[in-house]
Formats: sequence, structure tokens, C-alpha cells
Amino acid sequence: MAQPERPLSPFMQYRWQYTNTLSILHRITGTLLSLCFFVLVYWLAAAASGPERYAAALATIGSPLVRLLLIGGLFSFSYHLLNGIRHLFWDAGYGFELPVARKSGWAAAIGAVALTVVLWFVLGASLGGAA
Amino acid sequence: MSLRSPLGRVLGLGSARGGSGHWYSQRVTAVALVILGFWFIASLAMLGAGAPHAAVLGWLQSPFSAVMALLLVAVTAYHALLGLQVVFEDYISDKGARLVVLVALKFALVVAALIGILAVLRIAFGAQA
Repeated sequence: MAQPERPLSPFMQYRWQYTNTLSILHRITGTLLSLCFFVLVYWLAAAASGPERYAAALATIGSPLVRLLLIGGLFSFSYHLLNGIRHLFWDAGYGFELPVARKSGWAAAIGAVALTVVLWFVLGASLGGAA
Repeated sequence: MSLRSPLGRVLGLGSARGGSGHWYSQRVTAVALVILGFWFIASLAMLGAGAPHAAVLGWLQSPFSAVMALLLVAVTAYHALLGLQVVFEDYISDKGARLVVLVALKFALVVAALIGILAVLRIAFGAQA
């Protein structure tokens, strides 16, 4: 006997689109930034522990794996910041109309890439010499 | 007729006891982090190539920078805690595992925040140059 048509759970039928992409990206970048927080604490603690510890910490922070995390951190910072501001406007009750939400979504995504490039140039000297 | 007591309504406590507080704190810390984030980026840029040790000490020995750095560490830890808590609550369905992860998360972030705060204070109060 054929199964009657049953409603499917939302996650089984939602089309992949920009809304959920931006939403999950906010979580992923937030999680990455949380990891970067531990790098920040490590860096501060090393700075407080004297020049030798600090030099050793910079070498660790300059290692490929941490470097990769920090580059992801630059983009995460940019995106989480811009999309976070978008969320704050929603929380205040503005920007829910679809055309506006689509525009602000694109603005957050493109702005994040642009801001990442800017940060890379601004911080390139500080981070680049850390190896 | 509502079965909720007037006191319960006034305090805004649902069955979960503190949902609106969590939501509100997440937003307040977000606004603070917009400011602190830009300040931190500008500070990093001013430290110059390779962020020399002396430059970092000089930076955090200014009272303004020290206060901003303390805020950055504390507010980031709290915002991360609130955010990661929601992420873990959403994706870990097993109640026991969820509890263990959430407690570990709290421990890790509180310890990290205290290490960061202690480091800033040590430098601000004149750690070795």
C-alpha cells in the first residue's frame, strides 16, 4: 500500500538559496572567530611573559596552520561584523522586505570580501612579519 | 485566563527561565564588539610590522588601551559563549553530550578570558619591558 502524502520536515525540502547560505555562514564565521579568540589570549599572555616567550609565540602564530586560521579570521571578522549589523537592523524591526533583505545580504557578502582585502593590506605588515 | 503569575510575567521568565536575557545580552555585546573590533584592528595596524614586543607593551601601558583591551577580552568571551551555546544546542541532540560540551565550553571561555585579563593587567601595571 502506498504511503499517503505526508508533509516533509522543512530541512528536507528547502531549496538551497542565499538566505540559508548567509545564515550558516554567520555561524561558521562566528565559530572561527571564537577559535581566534584563543589565539588572541595566547598572544596577550605571551606578551606579558617577556620577550623570549613573546618571540616563541609569534613563531607559533606564524606557523602555517595558525596563519590559515587567522586569514580565515580576517574574512570571518569582516563577514560576521557586516552581517551582524544586518541582524541588528532586523532585531530593531527594519529591513525584512525581500528586496531589501536581498540587497543587504549581497552588501554583507561583497562588503566582507572587500573589507577582508582592506584588512589584509592594513594588517599585512603586522601579521606578515609575525613569522 | 492566563495561568502565569503576575510576578512571572513581569520578570519575563518563560519555562526556560532566561531566554530573553540570553537574546538581549547577545545583542548588547554585539554592539559593543562593533566598536571594540574596529579599535582592535586600528591598534594592530599601529603596532607596525611584526608587532614588536616593546610596541605591544607601550600600547597596553596606556590606560585607555588597557581598558579597551580588557573589554575586548571580556565581551568577546561572553559573546562567543552565548553564540557557541546556541550552535551546540542546535547540533548536539544527545542531552548528556550536550551538557558535557556546554559545561566544557563555559570552563574554556572563562579560563581563557581570565588568562587574557590577567595578561593585560600585568602589562598595564608594568610587566618587564
